[in-house]
Amino acid sequence: MSKKQTTQQQRRDFLKASAATGVAASVPLIFSKGAYAAEKFRNDPGTGKSIKFGFNVPQTGAYADEGADELRAYKLAVKHLNGEGDGGMLNTMKPMSLKGNGVLGKKVEYVTGDTQTKSDAARASAKRMIEKDGVLMITGGSSSGVAIAVQGLCQEMGTIFMTGLTHSNDTTGKDKKRYGFRHMFNAYMSGRALGPVLEKEYGTERRAYHLTADYTWGWTQEQSMKDTTEALGWKTVKTVRTPVGAGDFSQYITPVLNSGADVLILNHYGKDMINSLNQAVQFGLKDKVVNGKQFEIVVPLFSRLMAQGAGDAIKGILGSTNWNWQLKNAGTNAFVKSFGAEYGFPPSQAAHTCYVQTLLYANACEQAGTFYPPEVIRTLEDFIFDGMGNGETLYRGADHQCFKDVLVVRGNPNPTSQFDLLKVEQVVPRSKVEYDPSIFGGELGPYKV
Amino acid sequence: MMKLSLKSNWVIMLVFAVVVLTAPLWLTPIGANYPDLLQKFAIFGLFAIGYNILFGLTGYLSFGHAAFLGVGSYTAVWSFKLLSMNVIPAVLFSLLVSGVFALLIGYVSLRRTGIYFSILTLAFAQMSYSLAYSVLTPITNGETGLQLSLQDPRVLDAMAGVAKTEGLPSTNLFGQIMSGYPGFYFCAALLIIGFYISLKIFRSPYGLKLMAIKSNQTRMKYTGFNTRPYLLSAFVISGMYAGVAGALMAVTDPLAGAERMQWTASGEVVLMTILGGVGTLIGPLLGVGIIKYFENIFSALNEKVLHEVFSALPDGLENLVVSVTELFVGEGWHLTLGTLFMLVVIFLPGGVMEGVTRLITAGKRMLGIRASSGSAGDEK
Amino acid sequence: MDAILIQILNGLDKGGAYALIALGLTLAFGTLGVVNFAHGALFMLGAFCAVTFQQVLTISKKVKDPSITFFDAYKETPYLEIWWGDTGRAIIDYAVPLSILFAIPVMLLIGVIMERGLIKYFYKRTHAEQILVTFGLAIVIQEIVRSFFGANPLPQSAPAVVAGSAAIGSALGLSDNLVYPWWRLIYLGFSLAVIFAVFAFLKYTTFGMVVRAGMADRETVSLLGINVQKRFTIVFALAALVAGLAGVMYAPILPPDYHMGMDFLVLSFVVVVVGGMGSLGGAVAAGFLLGILQSFASMNEIKSIIPGIDQIIIYLVAVVILLVRPRGLMGREGVMED
Repeated sequence: MSKKQTTQQQRRDFLKASAATGVAASVPLIFSKGAYAAEKFRNDPGTGKSIKFGFNVPQTGAYADEGADELRAYKLAVKHLNGEGDGGMLNTMKPMSLKGNGVLGKKVEYVTGDTQTKSDAARASAKRMIEKDGVLMITGGSSSGVAIAVQGLCQEMGTIFMTGLTHSNDTTGKDKKRYGFRHMFNAYMSGRALGPVLEKEYGTERRAYHLTADYTWGWTQEQSMKDTTEALGWKTVKTVRTPVGAGDFSQYITPVLNSGADVLILNHYGKDMINSLNQAVQFGLKDKVVNGKQFEIVVPLFSRLMAQGAGDAIKGILGSTNWNWQLKNAGTNAFVKSFGAEYGFPPSQAAHTCYVQTLLYANACEQAGTFYPPEVIRTLEDFIFDGMGNGETLYRGADHQCFKDVLVVRGNPNPTSQFDLLKVEQVVPRSKVEYDPSIFGGELGPYKV
Repeated sequence: MMKLSLKSNWVIMLVFAVVVLTAPLWLTPIGANYPDLLQKFAIFGLFAIGYNILFGLTGYLSFGHAAFLGVGSYTAVWSFKLLSMNVIPAVLFSLLVSGVFALLIGYVSLRRTGIYFSILTLAFAQMSYSLAYSVLTPITNGETGLQLSLQDPRVLDAMAGVAKTEGLPSTNLFGQIMSGYPGFYFCAALLIIGFYISLKIFRSPYGLKLMAIKSNQTRMKYTGFNTRPYLLSAFVISGMYAGVAGALMAVTDPLAGAERMQWTASGEVVLMTILGGVGTLIGPLLGVGIIKYFENIFSALNEKVLHEVFSALPDGLENLVVSVTELFVGEGWHLTLGTLFMLVVIFLPGGVMEGVTRLITAGKRMLGIRASSGSAGDEK
Repeated sequence: MDAILIQILNGLDKGGAYALIALGLTLAFGTLGVVNFAHGALFMLGAFCAVTFQQVLTISKKVKDPSITFFDAYKETPYLEIWWGDTGRAIIDYAVPLSILFAIPVMLLIGVIMERGLIKYFYKRTHAEQILVTFGLAIVIQEIVRSFFGANPLPQSAPAVVAGSAAIGSALGLSDNLVYPWWRLIYLGFSLAVIFAVFAFLKYTTFGMVVRAGMADRETVSLLGINVQKRFTIVFALAALVAGLAGVMYAPILPPDYHMGMDFLVLSFVVVVVGGMGSLGGAVAAGFLLGILQSFASMNEIKSIIPGIDQIIIYLVAVVILLVRPRGLMGREGVMED
C-alpha cells in the first residue's frame, strides 16, 4: 500500500526529481518570488533564450475560417510581445508589466496545430505541442466540447490553457480546471445581457419557442435563455432539440408556425445557426404577425463570421457577442488598427479573445517573474485589468471566468460596408451579468500537478 | 534457407517486436518520436490489424467499425470510474463488451452481403454515434465526452486502500503510470500480441477458409459448407480488436467522446487498410503510419517552419518554394492526404505494400545479378 | 391535420433533394459499378456554380467608407446595377435560376474529364480501390474549393418573387398557418422534372436503351460492336450533371460551403442502397420515403414518445428495409453483392 502511495505522488514523471519538495508545494503562498526557480515544471525554459506557445485552432472543417482568424490574432500577439509592429494593446493595457522584449526577456515563438473541431484531434495536437515542441502554454479552439477536452488534458499535464471561443457554461462551471482560463463570456451571461433588451424591445408578454442544438452547449444556452425570458414574464411554448448538423431544419421550423409562439429562439451556433436562421426566414417567420404582435427571432450567440454566412437573414435580429471591432474605446482602437494594417480587414470576436488571452498570459508571467505555472495561475486569478476592449475586466479566481461588459448586437439592416454587419445595440455593464460561481458546481483542482 | 527461416512465425514476430519496440529511436529523424504519436501508431495499428482480419480475409467491407472502438473507450472509462484505475480490468471489460456488441451487430449485418452489408454496419455505427452524442448523454456525457471525476467511486481501488489524490488519478498498470513512454510500451505490447494472433489466423486453416469465402462464397455454400459461423467469428474478432484499441485510447488518455464512432472514423480505418494494402499483414500498419503522421506532423507545419526549412535557398526562390509548399501543409494537410490517396491507388494497385513488394523484388533482382556474377556468399 | 400535411410537404421536399442526389449516384454506382465517393463533391460543385455565377454578376464598384481608417472598407454596388439599373438588379436577383445555364456545361465537362481522366481506369479495379481514389479526389476538390471560397458558408438568395411563402392553406380552404416557401415548392417541382427527364431519356431514346442493355450485360453489348465505353462516359457526365443541378437549386435552401458534399455523401449512399442496387426507380422511391419518414420522426408528438428518434430514423429505416428485403426496395440480383 505504501508503495502505491509513493507512485501516486510521483504520478508525473517529470516531477520525480522534485518529489522531495512536493510537500512544501502545498503551502507555497509563503514562498517569496524567485524561490520558484528551484521548482521543476514541465517544459521549463530554464536559461533558454526563447519560449514557445502552442496555438491549437481548427484549420480544417466547418470552423476553419474562425480558426484562421484566431491564428492571425496569435501571430499579431507574438509580434507585439516581441516588440515588433506597432505594439497593439500593449499600448493600452493596464496594469501592464510587459516590456516588448518578449516575456521575461525571452523571445516568444510559437507552434500551430489543427484541432479539426474534434476532441480527440485537439487533444492529440495539444499533446504533440507539450511532448514534442515543449510549449509553455496552449490556447485556441472554437467549440466548447474541444475546449473542455483540451482543458482537462492541460490540467493533467500541468500546462496552462487559455481558451479561445467557448461559450458553454460548463467550461468554467461543471468542468472548470485550475489550468484553464476563459476570457470569452458564457451562455448564462448571454441570457442575462439579453434580458433587459428583450424586455424593452418585445415587451413582457411573449411566447417563446426554442430550437436547440442537441448537445451540451445547446442545452446550457437553452436553459439560460429560458430562465431569463421566463423571469421577464414570457411563456415558453416548447423547447425542441435538433440534431447537430441537420442541414435542413424545415421539419423543425414548420411546427413553430402553428404553435402560437411569437418569438423563436435559435440556440444554434455556426453552420446550424446559419442554416436554421436562413430557413426560418424563408418560411416567412420574420414577416409573420402572431397574437397581434410582430414575430421575432432571437439568436443568443452571434459572431461576425456567422453573420456573413447568414447574409440578409440576420438583418434586424438580436443577439449577444463578446466583442465587436466597431466599439469605441482605446483598446479596441489599438487592436483593430494593428490587425487592420496587418491583414486588411477587421478582426472577429474570436481573434480578439485569442489575442487578449495571449497577452494576459504573457503579462501574468512577467508580473509573477516566473513561468512556474502555479505562480502564473495565482497571478491571473482575481487579476483586474482594463484597456483591452471590454472595459474593466475581472479574471475571477473562483472559476477562472472573465467578467466584463457584454454586448447586445443587432444584425445591421443598412450596412455601410462589407464588414458592418452587426450594430452594437447596448453595452450591458458587467454588474448585470455577474453570478455566484457555486451555481454551476465543479472543482478547479490542484495548483500543482 | 534464408527464405525459409524468414517465413517462420517466430522470426517474423521477433523482427516485428524489435521494430515496434525500437520505434522511439528510428522515428526520431522524422520528428514522430513523442509519446502521444507513438501511442496513436500502436493503437490504430491494432485497430487496423483487426479490421484487416475481417476485410482483408473475407472481403466484407464494414463501414461501422468505429462503433466498436467507441464502445471500447466508453467501457474502459467506466471501468476507471467505477472499478479501478488499473488498466487490466479496463482492457478486459472492453474486450468483452465490444465482443458482445460486435456479436449483435454482426449477427444482423451478416445476413446480407456486399454493399448491403456495408450499409447495415454503417447504419448501426451512425445510430450509435447519434445516440451517444445526444440522448445517451447520461452514459456518454455527450459532446464533452466521458471523463474521470474526483467523485468517482472506484470500488476496487477503494478496497485496495489506494489513497485519494488531490487531482484526478492516473491510469496505471499495478502502480506504473500509463501516460508517456510507459503508455506507449503497454500499447506496443498489445500490438505485438494482436499481430501474433493475426499472423496465426492468416496462416491457419481457419484463415484459409475465410479467404475461400472471399474468393467464392457461392461455391463454398454449394459444397454444403456453412460460412456464417466463420464470418461471424471473424467479425467478432475484428470488433474485439477495435474494442481493445478503444480501451487503449482511454488508457493513454482517459476521455471517451462520441465522435470516435462517427462514419468518418470508420472510414479512416478503411482508408488506412486500403492505403497500406488490403489482406497483407503489414500493409494496414503502414497505412496507419502514413495517415496519422500526416494528421499530426504535416498539419503542424506553418509558414514560419517552412521558412526555416528552406532558409538555405536564395530569398526569392525561398519565398516561392514556401508559398507553394504552404498549400500542402498546415491547413492544407487534407489536400496532401487526398493527393496521396489518389497517387498511391493509381500507381500502386494493392496499396503501399505493393510498392514495398516491388522494391524488394527489384532489390532481389539486383542482388541476384550481383550474386550470379560474383560470389554466392549470401546463401548461408 | 395541418401539421401532418405540412410535414408531408417537408418530406417530399427533402425527398426530392435526396432522390436527385441518389439518382446521380446510382447512375454511376448502380449502373457503371463505380463506388463514387466523389459524388458529394459533385453536388457541392454544383452549388458553387451558383456561387461563382452570383459573384461574377455582382462584381462591384467599390466606394471606400471614409469613416474607417485602419483598413479598406467598401460600400459595394454591382456594376450591373450601375449600368442597367433595374434590369441589372433583376438579373442579379435571378442569379440562382440563371446559373443553371452556367452549371450545365460546367458539370458535363467536369463529368467527362473525371470519367476520361480517372474513373475509366477504375472500372475493373476492386471497390476498395475505387473508394480510395474517389475519396482522395473528393478531398482534393474540396480543398481547392476552400482555397478559393473559404470555409464559411456563402448565402445565396432565391429571386425576390419567390422569396416568400405560398399560402397553401387559404388556397385549399384550410388553416391560414399552412404556408410553404415558394422556393421549396419550386425545388420539388424541379427535382421531379429532372427525374422524369432522366427516366425518359433512358427509356425512350436508343442511347438510353443501349445504356440499359450495357448495364445488364456489358460484354454482349460490346460484342455487338457498340462503343459502350463512349456511352459510359456520357452516363457519368449525366450523373455529374444531375448532382450539380441538385446542388445549384439547393443553394438558396442551404448556404453552400466546401464541406457540404461530405455531409450528403453518406446519406446518398444509404438512399441508393435502400432503393436497391442497379435500380433508378428504387433510388427515387427510397429518397422520397426516407425524406417523409425523417420529417414525421421530427414531429414533437413522436419525439416525445421516442426521444432521439429523429436522429437515427434514416438508419433505422435502412436497417429494417434491408433486413426485410435483401436487395433493398427494387434491387437487382447480383449487383454489388460480392
